[in-house]
Order: sequence, then structure tokens, then C-alpha cells
Amino acid sequence: MELRKISDNVWEIPKQGEMRVPAVIYSSARLLDDIRRDMTLTQARNVACLPGIERMSYVMPDAHQGYGFPIGGVAAFDLDSGIISPGGVGYDINCGVRLLKTDYMETDVAGKRKELLAEIFKEVPAGVGKGGVTKLSRGVLKEILVKGAEWAVENGYGRKEDLERTEEYGRMKDAAADAISDRAMERGLPQLGTLGSGNHFLEIQKVHEIYDEAAARAFGIRAAGQVLVMIHCGSRGFGHQVATDYIEAMENAFGVKGLPDRELVHAPFKSSQGQQYYRSMCAAVNYAFANRQMIAHWVRDVFARVLGSSKGMDQVYDVCHNVAKVETHEAGGRSRKLVVHRKGATRSFGPGRPEIPECYRSVGQPVIIPGSMGTASFILAGTEEAEGLSFSSTAHGAGRVMSRHEAVRRFRGERIRDDLARKGIELKATNWKGVAEEAAEAYKDVDEVVRVSHEVGLGRIVAKVVPIGVMKG
Amino acid sequence: MNSRIEDRVFARFFQLAVEPAGLTFPGSWGKISRGAVWTFMEKYRILPHPADGKFQAYGTTLEEALGNAALAMSSFMWDWSKVEPRVRHFVHVRAIDREQLLVKFLGETIYLFETKRFLLGKVDGLRIRQEFEGFSLEALLGGDTLSDRYELFGDVKAVTYHELKIEECGGFTVQVVVDL
Repeated sequence: MELRKISDNVWEIPKQGEMRVPAVIYSSARLLDDIRRDMTLTQARNVACLPGIERMSYVMPDAHQGYGFPIGGVAAFDLDSGIISPGGVGYDINCGVRLLKTDYMETDVAGKRKELLAEIFKEVPAGVGKGGVTKLSRGVLKEILVKGAEWAVENGYGRKEDLERTEEYGRMKDAAADAISDRAMERGLPQLGTLGSGNHFLEIQKVHEIYDEAAARAFGIRAAGQVLVMIHCGSRGFGHQVATDYIEAMENAFGVKGLPDRELVHAPFKSSQGQQYYRSMCAAVNYAFANRQMIAHWVRDVFARVLGSSKGMDQVYDVCHNVAKVETHEAGGRSRKLVVHRKGATRSFGPGRPEIPECYRSVGQPVIIPGSMGTASFILAGTEEAEGLSFSSTAHGAGRVMSRHEAVRRFRGERIRDDLARKGIELKATNWKGVAEEAAEAYKDVDEVVRVSHEVGLGRIVAKVVPIGVMKG
Repeated sequence: MNSRIEDRVFARFFQLAVEPAGLTFPGSWGKISRGAVWTFMEKYRILPHPADGKFQAYGTTLEEALGNAALAMSSFMWDWSKVEPRVRHFVHVRAIDREQLLVKFLGETIYLFETKRFLLGKVDGLRIRQEFEGFSLEALLGGDTLSDRYELFGDVKAVTYHELKIEECGGFTVQVVVDL
């Protein structure tokens, strides 16, 4: 496939064949080596062939092959002539990250680190097949699907201020529970308020270095050594079932002939299948917001119990990694509403965007990029340039380079725990095989991903954080 | 693929003659002793994939290959060969084509696990029928309810169409990638 180098960190697949627009890859030469090894570029090209696509099919620096769309793929479609595709969102709808700051320094928690982690482990249900402690009725679940994190706050999980520090204020307003299958409801009922497994984790972290003082101050990050908590999880079986249901519904309605990849099945955005998927996906986004809201509340409870107070534990932000949203962007020389798909990508609205809360409007939204388990994570700020570069999007993490199977063959969970312990990082996990699968070596170098993001202008580096305690689902 | 035909004839022989005698052969045996005498009774093989779970399942018939695919997928979550058959679930799915039938059938296993805490141990009486518009499948899934006696390895979030293949060549090979 022809790949043209535009600059050190920007590459292009020129428009050819069925492509309606070119594809642009933001990557260093080093990261591109990994990207070229799998089907990422073919998938980015397939996305460029979809009806109603605007400007470009974008690929973020942490990209790797996904289903239909690459992970790290961003594409926006016209509301009238364009489509919506479950493959452009992913199975784990609103898999995302929430970051809480604390007023504690590393030295304040040093002696209590083990206890904190053990208590969080007890309080937050995690792991395969682990149900939540909250028994829900279908009626309450429907309310959650419509109200998202708002429901959680109204029911005593967390604080009102958390909502404005959540993308969409914790509630996608287009959500509806009327087109959700019984199966999705059944899978959703027992799993609310659970971390899950796979790459999901909860970390107690400390600030390692601050690069942008002004933005860091706005985000509540004051100094190296300050303790933070990061929660990474999604919409659990509920979201997986919504994705599965609508892939089938779209196949049955529109057929699969002519698709370059069956996972790219799509529906016109304004068709009934398109609208039903969109509204149900919004419901799954809300489920995930409520999920993280509950988990954050339990974490604060543990800090209060173990350290005496959770007073300064304000939410920095909560971002979605897998989502489709109707947003206003520049396309075709004017400002228009488009349906933006971000699959394994983070929104990075720059200063002045009305969607971000007042407190961040002068510096840009916080962008939270988790590293792999036990490695550094980054806090970035959204930029104005990102609008023109990627419909205001950047990377979402490190991105896998090694199969889980291979990781289990090469690494042992207990050994990883011991290695981390030597680096001063406590690890608690529900099973050791899961830990081996998430070995840092199985992922790309998150530092490099973030460097590219910063240099290209997709997101500006604000701070680097490192874990001191890791809970792995 | 030619060599596999012999394998499958042996596999069928063992399925008919040896398994009823109470002997079971976990899928991993075939892999450990590849090239050795056990290879021919391989039910499935786990394949490398950068992010997720990929496998091929084999059968002399499409029915057998689909049953083995359900075991292969279960192997990402639990050791199906250790599951005692105490509970049974009847499943029935309809689909527009064979690919969708496979995806929906495997989806049943995830659904039963998450909502009924059901661990699949064996697949019985799997039947596929071609219908006026597409296909239908019914099967009796045998297994147990999750308890402390079982260890869980990981979650399968969803069954995908990514690199999904159903091939007929002497017997049937199905290839599936599941989202972990």
C-alpha cells in the first residue's frame, strides 16, 4: 500500500480505488514499524471508503488493528449522507478513564499503601464473572441508562461537582432505553459497579513530573509526589451486547455484500437502525459513566477510612475512549454537525470549546492517557490545532503489540508482581494469568505515543504520572 | 490440508469409540504433543493474535466444528475439560448465513455465563438446518454452575467477524477471533 511521508510524524495513504478521502496516520517512524505489521493501515483505508466520510480517515499514534475500524481510528460522517457503525465504536462502549486528584503526597500514604490497595480490592468488585454488590431492578437500570452518572450522584455515589468534570457531564442526552434487548439488560443488571477484567485496572499513582504548570494547576495537579487515582473500565457486558445486537440488526437490514470487512457493517445515521443503535450506544455510554462514578465513590470511601479524609479528592476528568458523538466541527469550509467515531481515541477539545467546563476552558480539556499496567500514564490538555488535525482527537493508551497468548507464554504473573514490587509498585490481582497478559512488554511505549501526540499538536503534555499501587481486574 | 482428512477420520473414530468409554481429551493435549499420536484428535488450536483470542476449530461435520469452537472459546475463560456436567441448557439460534449462525451460537455461551453463571463443558446434539431464509441451530449445552471449584482465566467480551472463516476441505475448519 502506498504510504506517503508528509513530515516526521505524519503519513498519508493517498485517495485511491474506492476511497472517498485519504487516510492520515500520526506516528513516528518507530511506531509505524508496529503499525505496519498488522492490518491497521488496511482498516484505515477501508474506513475511508464509507459513505459520507468527511475530510480524512485518521489514525492515532497508538493504533493497532481492531475489528472493522482500527483501534486508534477516528472518522466523522455527515449526518444526512453519512453512516454510523458499531465497528467504529467497538464492543466496549465508553471504555474510558477517570482521574481523581488527592491532597495527599506520596510520603503521606507510604506506610498505608498496602492497606489502601487491600481495602480498595475489597470494596471494588473486579475480575471475571464477578457481579456487583448493587442489586438492580430493570426499572432502575433503565433510569441509569438515561441518566448516567447523574443517577449515581443522586443516589449517593460521589459529588455533584464530579458531573461537570465528566465528558458530556456524565450523561449522553440522546440515550434511550426503548431499543435495548432483553439480553443486554440481563447482562447489564448484575455488572453495574464492577471493574471487569482484561486491560481494565485501578491505580494509585503519584505525579512524576509536571511539564505545563498553568494547565496542571487548572487540573488540580500541584507538585511531583502528589497522589492520584486512575480508574480504567467501561460498560461491561451491557455495552458488549448492545454492539453485538446492532451488528446483527444492521446485517439483517442492510446485508453484508460488498463490505470489505463484515465488522464494518453500518447504517445510514438517520435510518431507524442507525438511530436505534445511536440511542442505545448512548445508553451504554451512560452505563459506563455510572459505573466509574460508583467505583470512584468507593475509592474515596476507602481513602477516608484509611487516611482519615477524602476531602481533596476532586475529579480531574472522565474521558471516553470508545464512542460516537454528534459534534460541531469544521468540514467543507464551514462549521457543521458531524457524527464523530472515536475508537480507541480520546477527545481533545482545545481552549474555548463550549462543551468543556468553565474551569478548563482557558487551558483545554484534560486528556487522560493510561499506560500499560504498572507503567507511566500521562495527562495532556486538548489543543486548538487538534480540531483541524483530527476532529479534536488524540491517542488513548499504549496499544498492544504482543498477543495475550504470547504474553502468557513468555511472562509469569507472580514474577511481574515481584518485579513491580522492586520498583516500589504494589500489585493486587484477581488472577495471575490476567497479569501476565497485561505485561508492559506486550504494549507499545506510551512515552513515544504521547511524544508524537504532543509534537503533532493532537494534545499537549501536562504531566507524567507513575503508579504506586495497581489493582488488576 | 490433505493430511488433515486422515486426522479427521481418526478424530471421528475416537469420538465414536473412545469418548463414550469415558475418556476425554483436552484441546491442549494436541498442541503439547503436536506430531505425536495425539495430534489427530485435536478439537481446536489457539492461534497468535496481537490483541485478542483467535482459534481454529475442527470437525468432520460443520456441527462438530461449531461444537468444538464453543469449547475453544470457553478455554479462554475456564478449563472446559474439568467442568462436571450437572446442568443443561437448550439453545436455539437463527441466522441469515452460516457466519452469523456461528457468531450467534458462540454468543450463547457468553450470555449463559454472564447471566446464569453457566460454565460450558460439552456440546450435545448440535443440529444445523437450512431454512427458507438462512439457517437455524439447536444444541444442548452441558456444564455446571460457577462455584469455588472452578478457576476463571479471563473474559470473552464478544464474538467478532474479524478473520472469521468457515472452510470445507475433507472436514470443516472454522476460524474465529473473539474480543477479550
